[in-house]
Amino acid sequence: MAPNELDMSFAETVVKAGANKLNLCIQCGTCSACCPSGTRTGLRTRQVIRRAQLGLQEKVLLDKGLWLCTTCSTCTNRCPRDADPTEILISLRSLLVEEGQVPTTIRDALEGVYKYGNPWGIIRSKRSDWASDLKIKYASEGGKSELLYYVGCAPSYDSRAQQVARALATNLNALGVDFSILGNEESCCGNEIYSIGEKGLFDILAEDNLSLLDRHGVSRIVTTSPHCFNAFKNRYVRSLDVQHYTQYFADLTDEGKIRFSRKMEKTVTFQDPCYLGKHNNIYNEPRKIIENIPGAKFVELPTSRGRSVCCEGGGGRMWVDNPGERATEARVREAVSIGAEVIAVACPFCLLTFDDAIKTTGNEGKIQVMDINELVTEAGLVHR
Amino acid sequence: MVKAGMVIGGGISGVQCALDLADQGYVVYLIEKNPSIGGKMAQLDKTFPTLDCAACIMTPKMVDAGRHPNIRLLAYSEIREIKKDGDVFKVKIVRKPRYVDETKCTGCGQCALHCPVEVRSEFDEGLGVRRAIYVPFPQAVPLIYTIDKESCIDCGLCEKMCQAKAVDRSQQPKEVEIEVGAIVVSTGYELFDARSKEEYGYGIYPNVITGLASERLLSASGPTGGHIVRPSDGRIPESVAFIQCVGSRDEKSGNLYCSRVCCMYATKEAMLLKEHVPDIDVTVFYMDVRAYGKGFEEFYQRAKHEFGIKYVRGRVAEITEDPHTENLYLKAENTETGEFFEQEADMVVLSAGLVSPKNDNLPKWLPIPIGDDGFFVSSNPKADPVTTKMEGVFIAGVTEGPKDIPDSVIQASAAAMKASTFLKE
Repeated sequence: MAPNELDMSFAETVVKAGANKLNLCIQCGTCSACCPSGTRTGLRTRQVIRRAQLGLQEKVLLDKGLWLCTTCSTCTNRCPRDADPTEILISLRSLLVEEGQVPTTIRDALEGVYKYGNPWGIIRSKRSDWASDLKIKYASEGGKSELLYYVGCAPSYDSRAQQVARALATNLNALGVDFSILGNEESCCGNEIYSIGEKGLFDILAEDNLSLLDRHGVSRIVTTSPHCFNAFKNRYVRSLDVQHYTQYFADLTDEGKIRFSRKMEKTVTFQDPCYLGKHNNIYNEPRKIIENIPGAKFVELPTSRGRSVCCEGGGGRMWVDNPGERATEARVREAVSIGAEVIAVACPFCLLTFDDAIKTTGNEGKIQVMDINELVTEAGLVHR
Repeated sequence: MVKAGMVIGGGISGVQCALDLADQGYVVYLIEKNPSIGGKMAQLDKTFPTLDCAACIMTPKMVDAGRHPNIRLLAYSEIREIKKDGDVFKVKIVRKPRYVDETKCTGCGQCALHCPVEVRSEFDEGLGVRRAIYVPFPQAVPLIYTIDKESCIDCGLCEKMCQAKAVDRSQQPKEVEIEVGAIVVSTGYELFDARSKEEYGYGIYPNVITGLASERLLSASGPTGGHIVRPSDGRIPESVAFIQCVGSRDEKSGNLYCSRVCCMYATKEAMLLKEHVPDIDVTVFYMDVRAYGKGFEEFYQRAKHEFGIKYVRGRVAEITEDPHTENLYLKAENTETGEFFEQEADMVVLSAGLVSPKNDNLPKWLPIPIGDDGFFVSSNPKADPVTTKMEGVFIAGVTEGPKDIPDSVIQASAAAMKASTFLKE
C-alpha cells in the first residue's frame, strides 16, 4: 500500500473501480450527516471521499469505517451533486477486496458464496429443506411455470426467515398461482457480494444465474428479498422481468383478486426496506397490502418512506458487527411509542435485525416483527 | 410599426420597464395576472445589502405605473393568444372577472370588513388571512377589490355594504385585443416547492417555513405586525436555523444553478431577526456563501461579527420534529471540523431557490429558446442580454435567470431602451 501522501493518481484508480462521479463531490457533508450508520459509528463518508480525492490511500483503505456502510442509499438519494457516495464506498471496498484486505467475517461470507452459493456457507443440498413438506414445483422437474419464485439465501437457510419463504409459497398456492422454485440449484443473487465490493464474484454469480434462468426458460420472477430484486433489476447486465413480492400482491390487490377470511385486530407499522424504497422507489405497494387486511390498523413510524432508517442489515453488515446501540433498537422503541403491535417488514434482513432488537430492548411480548407474507397468511388469504 | 409596447408581468422588472418605456413616449400595456402589480418585491420586508424598506421603493413605482398617462395597466388579466402579423403582435387578453366594477370601486374596504369568509392569504404566504373579497395588500395597484369566487359563499353582504354599488357578481370574463410593436417578457419566478425535499419536512412541520414566509413575519405590515412568532404556537422563537441551497445547486431537484439571492436574503433575514429579537440565536447552514455583489461581502461580515450570526459550513441532511414541543432537530456535519451534531431549533427557514414559472403557453406564442435551467435565453448573454432570437421580443429580470433587485432593475431599463429603439426604427 502506498504511503500516506497526496497522490492524485489514486482518484483515477477509484474512478476506474466504479466510482465514476468521485470528483463531483463538493464536500457539503450531506452524506455524513444523513448516514444512519455513520452518525453512530466510525464511518465518515465525506471524509473518506475527500481522502480518496486527495489520494491519501493509507488513510482511506485502513479506515475500518468503510465496512460499516449498509449501502442504504440515503446519501446517494440526497447528494446535491449526484456523486453517488454509496458507489464510491463500494468501489473503495473493491480495492480492498482485490488486495485481500477484508474483515474475516466478510471473507468467510464470500467464501461461503463461492463454495456453496450462500454467505452462511451451508451446503447446497440443504437449500430447499424449508420446502420439503410443501406442495411446490421445482424448475428442474421440467415443464414451464408462469412464475419463478426466487427464494434467496436467508429465507432458504435461516430458520426464522424460512418461515417467510413458507408463508410466501403458501400464499402463492392459496392464490392458485402456477409457480416453481429453483430448489438446490438456486444460488446467491450476488447483491450483497456487489455491495461488499467483490465485483469479480458478483459477475460470476450473475452469469451463472442468468444461464440457469435461461436454461429453465424462466420469464417472470418474484423474490422474497428486495436485495435479490435489486440485483436482478438493476445490477445484472440485462434487467430481468422481476417483481418483489409486495409488487406482485399489490397488483393482485388492485385487480380485486385478494380476499381475506379472517380479521386481524392489530396495529401494524411498516419498516421500509432500503433496497425496495430508497433504491427502487417502491413505497406504496407494501402499504396497500397491509391496509387491505381486514381489521389491521396501519400506523406510520415518525420517519418513513424516503426518510426511513436502515436496519443495518445490508451492504455486508449482516457479517460486520459494530458495538453499541443499533439503529433498529431506536426504531423498535419508536414503534412501541406509536402503539404498534406488529412491525411489518418486507425484507429478510429487516426481519432478522428487528427480531434481535426487540429482544435486546426487552420488548418481547409487547411488539413482534412479521413479514408481510406472514400477515397475509395469518389473515387467511383466499383467492377471489 | 405600431408605436406601442407590451410588458408581461408586473413585478419590479416589469414595472420599471413599463415606466422607462412610457417615459419615452410610447404607450405601454402592462399585463399582470394577479389582482395587483408588485410581484415578489412587494412581499419583501427589507432589501439587501442596505436594509432599505422594500415597500418604500416598490410602492411609489407601482403608483407611478398606475397613474402614468402612457401606461395601460391590465391587472387580473391573462394573455390568451399572441400572433405575429408582419411586424405587429396581435394580442388577445382575458380580463378575469373581479366581480367588482373597476370604474366604481373606491377601494374603501367596507366589503372586506363585512365579508364572513376567511382564506389563507397568498400575499402573506399562508401565514395570515384575507377575506373572500379582498385586495392582496393595502398598497395594491390598482386599489380595486376582487371576489375570489372559489371561496365566496354568495352571501351578498359585500354587495349590501358597498356604497359605490361596485359589486357585480354577474361579471363575465372579457376579452380585449391589442396591437403592439414590441414585447418585454418579465414573468419572474416561482419559489422552489420545498415539499419535494422530504427530508426537511416542509408542509408537515408547521415551524419549517420558507424565506419568503419569513419576510412576511418580519414585515411590519405582515400578518403578525412584524412580531417574530413561530407558526405552531405563536411563541417567540429562541433559536432559528436557516438552510441554504434548498432547490438550488441540487441535481436531485434538477436545478443545477445558483439562485443568486438566497445567501444574501438569508443573511438579511438573520440580521432582521436579531434586530427584532436581540437574544435570538441564529445559525445559517451553508455549502458556500456567495457574497459576490457590491457591498455583499461587507454585509456578510457584518452579520457574522456585528450581529453574531453563526455560519456553519454543512448541508443539513435531515430535520425531525419532537411532536410534543414542535421543536425541530437538524442533523448536519460541520465540514470544517468534521463533527456531527444534531441542533435544536424553534423554527427553521428554508432558503428556497428561484424556479422558472409555469408559463404554459408563453413559449408557444413566443418561441424564445429556453435554457436547461428553465429560464429564457437571450440572443447573446454577454453583449445583448435583453434581446431575444425573436424580433421585437425582449426579456428582463428573473425571467432570464435568477438575479437580485438591482440587476433586475438594470435589465428592465435596458430592455425598455432596446424596445424603444426597436419601436423607433
